[in-house]
Amino acid sequence: MNNSLKHIEPMVHHSQINVPYTWWAGDTAGRFLKTLRDEQTIMGTRCNHCARVTVPPRKTCPTCFTENQTWTAVSDQGTVVAFSVARRQLAALVKKVPVIFALIRLDGADTALLHTISQVDPAEVTIGMRVRACFSKDAGATIMAISHFVPTN
Amino acid sequence: MDSAAIVGVGMTAIEKNKIRDGFADMVWEAVNLALDDAGMTIDDIDNVVTTSNDFWDGRTISCMAVSDASGAREKNVSCVEGDGTFGAFYGLTRILSGSYGTTLVTAHSKGSESVSSLITNAAFDPIYQRAIGMDMVSACAMQANAYMHRSRTTPEQLARVSVKNHGNARHNPKAQLPMAITVEEVLASEMICDPLHKLDCSPVSDGCCAMIIAAKDRVGTAAKPPVWIKGAAFCADAFHLGDRDLSRAAALTRAAKKAFDMAGITDPATQVHVAELYDAFTYQELMWLEAMGLCADNQAGHLLEAGVFDIDGTLPVNASGGLLSGHPVIAAGLIRMAEVVRQLRGEAGGAQAKDPTVGVAQGVNGLCGQSHCVWVLSAES
Repeated sequence: MNNSLKHIEPMVHHSQINVPYTWWAGDTAGRFLKTLRDEQTIMGTRCNHCARVTVPPRKTCPTCFTENQTWTAVSDQGTVVAFSVARRQLAALVKKVPVIFALIRLDGADTALLHTISQVDPAEVTIGMRVRACFSKDAGATIMAISHFVPTN
Repeated sequence: MDSAAIVGVGMTAIEKNKIRDGFADMVWEAVNLALDDAGMTIDDIDNVVTTSNDFWDGRTISCMAVSDASGAREKNVSCVEGDGTFGAFYGLTRILSGSYGTTLVTAHSKGSESVSSLITNAAFDPIYQRAIGMDMVSACAMQANAYMHRSRTTPEQLARVSVKNHGNARHNPKAQLPMAITVEEVLASEMICDPLHKLDCSPVSDGCCAMIIAAKDRVGTAAKPPVWIKGAAFCADAFHLGDRDLSRAAALTRAAKKAFDMAGITDPATQVHVAELYDAFTYQELMWLEAMGLCADNQAGHLLEAGVFDIDGTLPVNASGGLLSGHPVIAAGLIRMAEVVRQLRGEAGGAQAKDPTVGVAQGVNGLCGQSHCVWVLSAES
């Protein structure tokens, strides 16, 4: 710290970076999002080498570093493998707290999908809980075409 | 490995808001402290590696903005975007290439100047994930839950990490949050994101660390005894959280094994005398300890309660106070290395472990510990 400034009000510069981006979704995510929007179906890719099904789909197998993938539909139901409950309204949160974030391994998939769980008391959510996807027709071809997950029972 | 050593370290105080210091001011302070510590001048520095993050700094090519303050003009300066341990790793490899005898490494950030929730939200994939609204805290809370579920670690054990590290920080004049607190106070603090209370989370901080690494034939010119780099390794896991077993840190296990192998360490739990780990959240200290083999699986919480990781325990962990007591992102891992250097030199004052000769430092980059850099340091060559 510069001591000569000790008795002077520090000068700060307020600014904001606001840059529009247009990210190309790519063929793989593009097909996944289009199928979500048009058919309310969750697609994954099965590696022709290790047979693992990756959701959301990837152009290359994350395990094998190979490109040969076969598209396959997975269930809209799955199991919670990890979750957290946001209580403080931090800036990144889109929804009002409490927000339940979860990794959900859909039936037929070997990896877990990141999303939210709603319409349930956060205290009732557990690892191992069964959930199913609810779809939104208003979200277009985005990940929010799955609006959230709910417990199956 | 006996090819290079750390010969100088310098760091600013870690503060909530260094409103009177810009990035270059912090770097200038840390670099000069490191040069003084090494008994060197900028003319003794062969090349420079600066470490920063453009999103945190709010400017493109942020590392170059501190090149004057790091004395990089007319030298070969290169930049690493990530944790300071990764900058140091690059600095080390430049020494090992034989092209340079000394490397000055800097790492800085000012968390106070932006909004950490938005910055870390931007680490998520823009197509598949970002709109869901997660940030570092909510992602790590999810990992905490997965780890606690698997290992049966309790909220009280997590809280005890906070009690220990804030307590240790009382011996560290550069720490931001020295505090005498209780397990009950941690558990009663605001729940930010289940299962993480406010006092389970590291604070937003400003700070900078600098370090000078020298080749074997140049350590003799330094003012203090060298701290030898016996092993250094890094390893990354999958980017997508759902591709990993989030309750484990497989990449850290790999990085640690490689670093310990390089150092000839076969039983880290008994052969390491002091550790500075990346405790951005309480659960991480316990999870990293297990993943590195510094204790058995599912045992870190119990050993913590038994006092093993206290300053006067058999393996002091984050005797400096750790990141829970001050967390300038980017600088964070380099500070872990600098604190191990201070321990091995016997300079840690009230936080000094008893006669350590081998220490380990760890840095993390990415969400929920995607990648890890592990350093094994020793006072003896």
